[in-house]
Amino acid sequence: MRYVIIGAGVAGISAVEAIRSVDTVGEIIMISDDPHGYYSRPGLAYFLTGELHDKALFPRTKEHYKRLNFNYLRGRVTRILRSDHALLIDGKSRLVYDKLLLAIGARATPLDVPGAKLEGVVKLDHLEDAKNILKQAKRGKTAVVVGGGITALELTEGLLARGMKVHYLLRGDRYWSNVLDKHESEVVENRLEEEGVTLHHHSELKEVIGRHGRVSGVVLQDERALKCDMLAYAVGIRPCLELIQETNLAKDRGILVNEHMQTTDPNIYAAGDVAQVFDPLTGKSVLDSLWNPAHEQGQVAGLNMAGRKTAYLKSAPFNVTRLAGLTTTIIGVVGHGKDDDMIGIARGDSETWRQLPEAIVAQSGFDVNHMRLLISEKNLVGAILMGDQTLSRPLQKMIAAKADISPIRDLLMQPNAPLADLIAQFWMSWRATLAL
Amino acid sequence: MALLNIFKNDTSKRVVLTTGRVVSESSRCVQCGICSYNCPIGIDVRAHVWRSEPVNHSECLTCGECVARCPRGVLSFAQTDLFARRKE
Ligand SMILES: Cc1cc2nc3c(=O)[nH]c(=O)nc-3n(C[C@H](O)[C@H](O)[C@H](O)COP(=O)(O)OP(=O)(O)OC[C@H]3O[C@@H](n4cnc5c(N)ncnc54)[C@H](O)[C@@H]3O)c2cc1C
Repeated sequence: MRYVIIGAGVAGISAVEAIRSVDTVGEIIMISDDPHGYYSRPGLAYFLTGELHDKALFPRTKEHYKRLNFNYLRGRVTRILRSDHALLIDGKSRLVYDKLLLAIGARATPLDVPGAKLEGVVKLDHLEDAKNILKQAKRGKTAVVVGGGITALELTEGLLARGMKVHYLLRGDRYWSNVLDKHESEVVENRLEEEGVTLHHHSELKEVIGRHGRVSGVVLQDERALKCDMLAYAVGIRPCLELIQETNLAKDRGILVNEHMQTTDPNIYAAGDVAQVFDPLTGKSVLDSLWNPAHEQGQVAGLNMAGRKTAYLKSAPFNVTRLAGLTTTIIGVVGHGKDDDMIGIARGDSETWRQLPEAIVAQSGFDVNHMRLLISEKNLVGAILMGDQTLSRPLQKMIAAKADISPIRDLLMQPNAPLADLIAQFWMSWRATLAL
Repeated sequence: MALLNIFKNDTSKRVVLTTGRVVSESSRCVQCGICSYNCPIGIDVRAHVWRSEPVNHSECLTCGECVARCPRGVLSFAQTDLFARRKE
């Protein structure tokens, strides 16, 4: 049996580990076009700020890989020849597979304005991108950041930490408006301003201006001009679908897979950012661009490829991130609608967050410790915690289990209700009933 | 947030040093490596989190560097005396 895995991200590595846990003798080949192999992509943000050395981004040692006993090929898969059960690597060498996993991830949506190809226009997908940014980020120079969501903020904070002056352009009237509420956006924006970022609302990029092939400024839709030495963008991501164009595998916005991570070809699986996964609970196929779902999907794909039938059960969407220095957990459904600064789905995002059922918002706390709960008739459907994270785990469990919160619902809804205490107390009694 | 005391049973430095260990919530982790990078004695904390294991390394000083520096609240202290706390 030969398993071939395209992609050395977390989905690919998790699949190798899962296959090996079942099949100790089958041949495993992993192929990736990233010169650095497997590293923590979210960790790139902390590499930019200088909190981490790039060498620390690699979670695995050579010994780990040796124990997993697989072959690693550096190369770009350029075609999948389904009828031959084969791949073309770099347009020439052929590789035959029995079971194939597409764990090829997603990439930044390209910037679609004149001047987008100038030197000094940067994005953050890979370690090479981060290194490129650091090479160009000069103390005292000016950067403009466009886009929304987590990656745009990470770029902003990274460039700031490297001593650049940063202008952050927002198309709408506030930051991450389809996930955060007005107050939360304000918290983030105020903190950014305190750190020295200049925010420009209602500001849409029209053109990047260059001199001698390098960025020298930007022009906005309303003809305002800003001088700058770098333009960093994060306007959304796209699953990498080019590779399957000629294969007839079913796709929508991602590669469609069933709950066993199987595509419409039973010998080809997909997992991670590239996969649009059928969720038996809702009957919908959803895209996630989150580390943990990619990890779990990779595991499930690997187990199924090795013959151990396993279903992927999507857990309540959940992300932890740091927004302007505040640890922030987003659980379940918290936002709605469309974000002007994003095309498609934001990084570190889940579409479920915007499928808002009838829900009422209860809120408490101040800047640094903030909690927002979304409550439906009997359940908690979502929560945002900024700052103090003590209640994050209880909330995650209660939201996932659809705990009946009727006993405290009215109390939660009262003005200035002590939300944290109510939730903490309820969690203790709820947990006790489970233990019975 | 004025939280109930039940959530504050693990904060005393002395208690942690004598009876505590570092535990993790792996679903919050993205393997960035800040924990391992900052461990003064070079424990690969991140690898423990990947395996959903507590940092049961015999040389762990419970100094708290990893707990404090994790940008995502993955790590926390818990008492090792299982009888002191109800198991979840
Ligand atoms: C800056 C940044 C911050 C992030 N922050 C967070 C966060 O806070 N929380 C969170 O949950 N998630 C975050 N994410 C998202 C998270 O990193 C991804 O969800 C996760 O990495 C997806 O893993 P994957 O294995 O599906 O794909 P990837 O990690 O993208 O791996 C894809 C692999 O496929 C290879 N590949 C692609 N095409 C080919 C080809 N044709 N031939 C050969 N190889 C190919 C690539 O080289 C790569 O090795 C962040 C991502 C970035 C970039």
